[in-house]
Amino acid sequence: MNRAKIITFIIEKFFWICALLSLLALLLILGFLLKEGLPPLFSIGFGDFLLGTSWKPLEDTFGIFPMIAATAAATAGGILLGGFIGLFTALFLAEVASPKLARLIRPLIQLLAGIPSVVFGFFGLVLIVPWISNHLGGPGNSLLATILILSVMILPTLASISETALRAVPQEYREGSLALGASPMETLFKVTLPAAKSGIIAAFVLGVGRAVGETMAVVLVCGNRPQIPKSLLDPIRPLTSTIAMEMSYSTGTHQQALFAIGVVLLVFIVALNLCVNYILKGRKDV
Amino acid sequence: MKRKLTEKILMTLLWLCTLGTVAALFLILGYVLIQGLPHISLRFLTTSYAPGLGLEGIWAMIIGTLLLMGLTLVIAVPAGIFAAIYLSEYAKPSRFLSVLRFSIECLAGIPSILYGLFGFTFFVVFLKLQFSLISGALTLAIMILPLLIRTTEEALQSVPVSFREGSLALGANQLVTLFRIVLPSAIPGILTAVILSMGRIIGETAAVYYTAGTVPQVPLTASESTRSLAVHLYFLAKEGLDQGQAFASATILIIIIAALNLAAQGTANILNRRLTGK
Repeated sequence: MNRAKIITFIIEKFFWICALLSLLALLLILGFLLKEGLPPLFSIGFGDFLLGTSWKPLEDTFGIFPMIAATAAATAGGILLGGFIGLFTALFLAEVASPKLARLIRPLIQLLAGIPSVVFGFFGLVLIVPWISNHLGGPGNSLLATILILSVMILPTLASISETALRAVPQEYREGSLALGASPMETLFKVTLPAAKSGIIAAFVLGVGRAVGETMAVVLVCGNRPQIPKSLLDPIRPLTSTIAMEMSYSTGTHQQALFAIGVVLLVFIVALNLCVNYILKGRKDV
Repeated sequence: MKRKLTEKILMTLLWLCTLGTVAALFLILGYVLIQGLPHISLRFLTTSYAPGLGLEGIWAMIIGTLLLMGLTLVIAVPAGIFAAIYLSEYAKPSRFLSVLRFSIECLAGIPSILYGLFGFTFFVVFLKLQFSLISGALTLAIMILPLLIRTTEEALQSVPVSFREGSLALGANQLVTLFRIVLPSAIPGILTAVILSMGRIIGETAAVYYTAGTVPQVPLTASESTRSLAVHLYFLAKEGLDQGQAFASATILIIIIAALNLAAQGTANILNRRLTGK
């Protein structure tokens, strides 16, 4: 009897330890990235690093402002385009489509979400980049190509999370609105959509996280020129691409500077997650 | 009249956006498959990669990817399932639990390139594991942990409370209930979690590149470097030497991902049917 109790105790503690692994892994990641990335941030100087406009590793000049601008522009574009299409797809699947049609389309969206990012990048490189170059001018590798690829990549995430949020809206809301004489479209946009607001906002914030962090698709289509983009057709170089491009041959201060970029990304992602947490918590209280 | 017009426009937009999403998928799949399928041959699949010698096969990458996947799953699946069991069956709401959940969400949100950086400084350099299968697998194991935990937890939660109550009422303790009743009912859901993780591992590039390395060889031990299929595609695409090979590699990746997706849907359906009474 006692032995059985001890075994039970051990097994339960083992479950607990396994659950703790995630926390330990996160702390390990934070610790090691900060250990590598913080010292260069201090030695270069936060201002010079974040706001410096010139990135010349050979001359020990590390300013990442052009990359921050590139990441911001690409993310904004991707979220606007992918977010709009994704949200409307979610509205269609949750509220308009017949259950049969929705059952047909949903697996396709899941498949789109599962396609590896390097395949998206390759597709962009062989089809979108030449198309832009031929029809709109410029080198093709550009902000526009990055935005197009990013919007297709974040679309499934946005569509599926938004759809879940829309489906969670109680049926009475819709019935009440319809009973008051509102048309189905009015009900959809003025009642259901606002009611699902917090879930949809959370989906957009997660979409921003994906767009900011996306690497292998972006690095193939962005053009890799660290400059502040002035037009949609300019080649750009987002933060993640800089790490991916230069990590394999960098050494010394240069490599440390890449880790510092990693720290900037990490801080941003953790802040975004705190936002999502806050948004979703607000919803539960209501 | 105006109201009707607005409604028509909105309705058209809803249809167009959904069609656009589906069209994007078919454009990508169609374009890659049409260009890639003709380049796939038995020779392409089964020879090694040595461009200098005229060998352009992906055998080493296929085996490398499979070994990487296997090792990652061996490390991550038990940890993920047990963690999910704790969260679903044992954890009580507390400050510690919300910290735990937040850390899992954070892990899920960390971009893969940061996993690559971390794996490089921790496993490759700090633990001196070099660019190797084991460095890659350990890094990927952390990366897929959140997906495994979340999907498994959902599967466990979907097992009706009445199943547990019935077992406890018959005198079984919590652990017996867990292993004899809850886990067996949730197995299709856990399988879904594993299959989805396989897809993530196979498609991952950035995190593998800086941990498992890029040597196109079949690794004989866990401490040898290898090159996954996704990393291989990245190389081919970046260097732009032979588009046929790149298309063929992309096609293989897409076929594997599509098959895994189908399998995941199959297991998810089995779970649903089982829990809703056939």
